[in-house]
Amino acid sequence: MKMTADVIIIGGGINGCAAAYYLAKSGITGVLVLEADNSIGHGGSSRNGGGVRQSGRDVRELPYAMYAVNNMWPTLSEELGVDVEYYQKGNLRLGKTEAHLAKLETLASNARNLGLDMKVIDGKEVKEICPHLSDDIIGASWCPTDGHANPMKATLAFYKRSLELGVHYITGAKVIKLQKVKGKARKVVLSSGEVFEGETIILAAGYESRFIARTVGIDVPMTKFFEECLVTEMQPQMFDIMLGTADADFYGHQAQHGSFVFGSDSGLEESIDKPFEDLRTTSITASAGCRAIIGYIPKLADAKVVRTWGGWCDLCYDGVPVIDRVEEVPGLILACGFTGHGFGTGPAVGLMLSQMVAGEETVVDISALRYDRFRSEK
Amino acid sequence: MVDIQEKLKEIGPFVPGAEDDLLICRCEEVTKGEIRKAVHEGIFTVEEMRRYLRNGMGLCQGQTCGRLVKGIMARELKVRPAEIEPATARAPMRPIEMRILAEDGGDRE
Repeated sequence: MKMTADVIIIGGGINGCAAAYYLAKSGITGVLVLEADNSIGHGGSSRNGGGVRQSGRDVRELPYAMYAVNNMWPTLSEELGVDVEYYQKGNLRLGKTEAHLAKLETLASNARNLGLDMKVIDGKEVKEICPHLSDDIIGASWCPTDGHANPMKATLAFYKRSLELGVHYITGAKVIKLQKVKGKARKVVLSSGEVFEGETIILAAGYESRFIARTVGIDVPMTKFFEECLVTEMQPQMFDIMLGTADADFYGHQAQHGSFVFGSDSGLEESIDKPFEDLRTTSITASAGCRAIIGYIPKLADAKVVRTWGGWCDLCYDGVPVIDRVEEVPGLILACGFTGHGFGTGPAVGLMLSQMVAGEETVVDISALRYDRFRSEK
Repeated sequence: MVDIQEKLKEIGPFVPGAEDDLLICRCEEVTKGEIRKAVHEGIFTVEEMRRYLRNGMGLCQGQTCGRLVKGIMARELKVRPAEIEPATARAPMRPIEMRILAEDGGDRE
């Protein structure tokens, strides 16, 4: 086993695997990815609803979300040699009340100010886009360039292609600390005692990044939050758009193979207190989700739920990730705190991380995602 | 710890077999050949395999093919089947209609 690398990436999720791929593609071959679990993509990367979304995004992350949609997702399957099931058929965010519509109008006008094509449409137009929805829906926001992809395959697609390009992966490799050598980040220490050394270290380990970064004196203010999804048995083809609601009580889409995949919550997630290793779903969330879903898509009342799953989100204090080089720890690059919406931006983040390693400018400006942006206001 | 590149070298390249067209996962129509080939692409765990090929993701949730997939992967990885971690069992136990599931806990008013 090779114990040194040009670049060590901690975390085999979509950001880590995409960074490894773009590094290898640019000719940097000494790349080693350390994944704590036995499976690549064990965390949030495979445990989300697959949204490739620009609408509703913070102004600080919208530029690279749009970059990914415009320049990366449409050709990703071809580039990686695995069908990542990307569909760019638009996103409806549904409303049933005037209050909902007011909220959606704000969302849409904010998006337009940022250069994103998004508008509010009435109930009749909603039915034209998707005839299977409830008659109670009086309007929706519509972003025609949003879409969805298969999160389970996208992460593995980056993994597979980067393996072919020579990237090294070690699974079951849980990192417990970083160590500096001569003032520079260099050593990566595993729970099993092994020590790897890298010229550059990318920390993209989700919520656990917080504890790893702390070992070199850097703290990213994050909390963890448990999100759940459910999937139905195969249904006749009904629609290929992405759906959400003004109340954000569920979101989802019909996957290529016919199942509907929905993410939902019970509203009680904030109070969940369980170990990080515990990925079991609760008994209340899927039921709450079903009530919300049937309220908007009555035709699915008889669809059978075959499976539920959940995963941890790393919620950053101000709702957007930290993607930055750390000045006090030269050689360390942080990419964490994606706050539950890091899947759709994965390709762009991977590309930008590879550019940061090479010392190049990133494809879009991400200086608003600096690690030292958190200041006490008191 | 598994060094994926080293393990890929150890197991050698994918060699097509006579039974590759055999359907292993009936719900999602995944063949033995697809599973064997995926192992050589770096898919070493059942968790990854399910995500990659959808075996065990259909109506029966792998209750029929789970053992078969384990056996095929073990042979391809040159390990004992017991060393292959089975898939995570996920709720609900049986497929259940949304309208039924929706009744649970929804009687607050």
